[in-house]
Amino acid sequence: MAEKTDQPDNQAPQAQDRSYRPEGIDDSFAGTDAAPASAPQIGVRGMLRFVWRQLTSMRVALFLLMLLAVAAVPGSIFPQTAQAPAEVAQYMRDNPTLGEWLHRLGFFDVYASVWFSAIYILLFVSLVGCILPRVKAHLHNLRDAPPRTPRRFARFPAQGRLELAGEQTDPDAVVDAARTHLRRRFLGLPTFRVVTATEADGARTVSAERGYLRESGNLLFHISLLGLLISFGAGQLLEYRGQVLITEGRGFANSVVEYDTFESGALFTEDSLRPFSMTLDSFESTFRITDAKAQDFVATVTVRETDGSERQETIKVNQPLSQSGAKVYLQGNGYAPYVTVRDAAGEVAFSGPVPFLPEDDMYTSQGVIKVPDVSTGEQIGLVGYLLPTAEITDDGARSIFPDPINPALVLTVFRGDLGLDDGVPQNVYRLQTDEMTQSVEEDGTPVTLIVGKGTTVDLPDGLGTIEFSELPRFVALDLRYDPSLVWVLVFALTALLGVSVSLFTPRRRVWVRARTLATDGTPRTVVEVAGLARGDDMGLQGEVDSLVAAISRLDPADTADTPEPPSAQSSTAPASPAPASTVPERPSDEPL
Amino acid sequence: MNLSEISDLLAWGAATAYTVAMIAFAMDLSKMSDAIGQRQAERRAQVPVAVGAGSKAPAASPVFPQDPATGRRTSKALGIAMSTLWLGFMIHAVAVVTRGVAAGHVPWANMYEFWLTGTFVAVGIFLLLQLKIDVRFLGVIITFLAVTFLVLALNVFHAVADEVQPALQNYWLVIHVGVAVGGTAVFTVAFAVSLLQLLRDSRDHGSTFLHGQGTVVRGRNVLAGRFFNWRFLDAIPNPVALEALSFRLNALGFVLWTFTIIGGAIWADGAWGRPWGWDPKEVWSFIVWVVYAAYLHARTTRGWSGRRAAYFVLVGYACVLFNFTGVNILFSGLHSYSGVQNAPNS
Repeated sequence: MAEKTDQPDNQAPQAQDRSYRPEGIDDSFAGTDAAPASAPQIGVRGMLRFVWRQLTSMRVALFLLMLLAVAAVPGSIFPQTAQAPAEVAQYMRDNPTLGEWLHRLGFFDVYASVWFSAIYILLFVSLVGCILPRVKAHLHNLRDAPPRTPRRFARFPAQGRLELAGEQTDPDAVVDAARTHLRRRFLGLPTFRVVTATEADGARTVSAERGYLRESGNLLFHISLLGLLISFGAGQLLEYRGQVLITEGRGFANSVVEYDTFESGALFTEDSLRPFSMTLDSFESTFRITDAKAQDFVATVTVRETDGSERQETIKVNQPLSQSGAKVYLQGNGYAPYVTVRDAAGEVAFSGPVPFLPEDDMYTSQGVIKVPDVSTGEQIGLVGYLLPTAEITDDGARSIFPDPINPALVLTVFRGDLGLDDGVPQNVYRLQTDEMTQSVEEDGTPVTLIVGKGTTVDLPDGLGTIEFSELPRFVALDLRYDPSLVWVLVFALTALLGVSVSLFTPRRRVWVRARTLATDGTPRTVVEVAGLARGDDMGLQGEVDSLVAAISRLDPADTADTPEPPSAQSSTAPASPAPASTVPERPSDEPL
Repeated sequence: MNLSEISDLLAWGAATAYTVAMIAFAMDLSKMSDAIGQRQAERRAQVPVAVGAGSKAPAASPVFPQDPATGRRTSKALGIAMSTLWLGFMIHAVAVVTRGVAAGHVPWANMYEFWLTGTFVAVGIFLLLQLKIDVRFLGVIITFLAVTFLVLALNVFHAVADEVQPALQNYWLVIHVGVAVGGTAVFTVAFAVSLLQLLRDSRDHGSTFLHGQGTVVRGRNVLAGRFFNWRFLDAIPNPVALEALSFRLNALGFVLWTFTIIGGAIWADGAWGRPWGWDPKEVWSFIVWVVYAAYLHARTTRGWSGRRAAYFVLVGYACVLFNFTGVNILFSGLHSYSGVQNAPNS
């Protein structure tokens, strides 16, 4: 293309540094950032030092951060054992070969896997290695005076200049005014740290620095992250959590044996369970009549302490109950139909509420009634559904509303050996039918019993009768004790505070030089101001301007003439301040 | 017509106004490109041999008509763009408020409402920035994103205004999700800035594609822009200034996002019995946080600042978008409040 050569806007600046380097929250250290190439004969200690320096370098920290983000992704793609064990099992059944490998490589337990742990542990080691020297440097820096006033101001990004002619405006007065202005208080703290000096030629100078909190916030943030990790780790060791299902009118006591499932950390002891007991007085749910959408769930419980005192509390979905340092959550609810089964001899073989677990929004609930204690004949097992608002048609039965408007049990019947006596623990929600026979009609189809609430129905094959007398509710409660949570919260909040302070606190240095000049007989005080900031700082020129304005107020004539002097004054500066959008070369003898 | 439908209609109205603003912004940029090209042609005519001998033309600071009060550039297209944008913003405000009234809760409880309010806040941040510094060069991208997300929300994610389920009946809905909306909006504007930063940077470094000459794929020149020469990039602020603006916004977004995660953890502890459980939404919120943390670190790492750091903003924003679309649709988790899926019971 001939065009290419004669279009000026095609001419790219050739060897230009593409990494224009704005400074950010992190003050990168010289030394830790670029580890020098190691000499061949460094030995073991040298090697260790080399590895440590690499690990604590910003480059490696950056790499580990990216790796952490990537490593977290599979946990959202594959089902996780901790969250959804049933889905993991299903995945393993569907993809036996791949599933096995994924399992071996930890993809079903990503956040506890070796590789994920390795990344975040290395990241935290890197963080500690970075933080320690910085804390030391910062503590040192906090005690340091601001750096002395540089000789020339011309190269600084923000500048100001003014001349004062009044009698009272000698350099000492200028220095006092500057100090008063710079020491103004923000949230009770002086804005700048100020040091004044007198130079050999008699010029008075002020050097001032603000924004020490920037690094303080940065360090607070990183230390808080460390605290957060330790708190979470401690929580894993000390916590316990138990699930229990209780029906209205019944209760449980806080001990390991009373829970349906119980998990605890490695450092848990049974002493951690503080004794109390709880009874479910009632449970109420509200569903919208038009579309059965859930609107509210409230469990009312009575809590009994060891000293015999009682109190009534409510537990809601978003409102756990705090009890003995633990929290009790309402995790689920359903119906537990009260059934009475009489055997062939007419004796009561079973009587009580049986929880049926809801499977959909209409509370179509599945459950099993096991009747082992028959006085005569074979054991009985009943499997089926509870329908809170049953609609029974030729096609089948279904629930059309979650409230118990027309409750009915739809059951099939088994007889034989329930398998409860061989000592192997059984799932209470499953019927083991290996040793049982299903009752069938003459045409061979299974017998289906429909038992409405308040009715009694004969069991087939002369097994007896079943009565469905009442329909209490049950709730699934989840009790969790984790003493580290308060620390997790504290460190999360200090991390938030730290990162906010660090990102929004400007770090600035300001210098003033005032000297008396008497060129044509009338003494004038010439004041020069320079400002330097860490990183890009849009407010730097404003800071210098406001200082110039404060000093110019010393001159009564000046303040009378121009109430808004800063822009007018600073525009008289010989070297006009660079616009905020350009990053000038930083004076090399004054690194911030 | 009920209040919810009025809100939908107003949202469509806002999207229309934003479209008009987008076209006007684009016309302004195109006119500016022409003017720059013309000026460069004139300069070439004056100095015909100065090309290629290392004599780089002085940095273009185009002399366009300026508003005497503010010193900002004015043009008819820009005036139309800003007025229609303000008009759209006000219509959008009414749409958000009526939606909230119709639903009886804050208008960010499902995916549609999240985007409705999110685009509103993003446009609001742009207008707020414009009050302080001239950022109208962002107008095309901001209005494009606003129109895209708004129309997508209305067509794909739309849900009828309704009460919230018991799990959402909590003041944390206002705080946690509200701050998430704000953070997402800030990230959106920052993304637009970083995108322009990268384009401008590439053009400054001689990308043939960004000079309208296409690029070479398998020995063939493709994508040559016959009508679009990217010259407008010469009229926007330089990459350093864009980087500074992007950082400012991303820093604010990062703080808001940190708060979103903390607030979410506090709420999750009350509602689900644990502060953190690696639910897909939590995983992706964590990924977003880590990517933006990496961005903040990259800025201060030698060899990674500037251009490379800006790529983190693109990746981070992609994760933000995925977190509010893909995670709701592809994964099943506890944060299933999108209101998009069909009724589960049939």
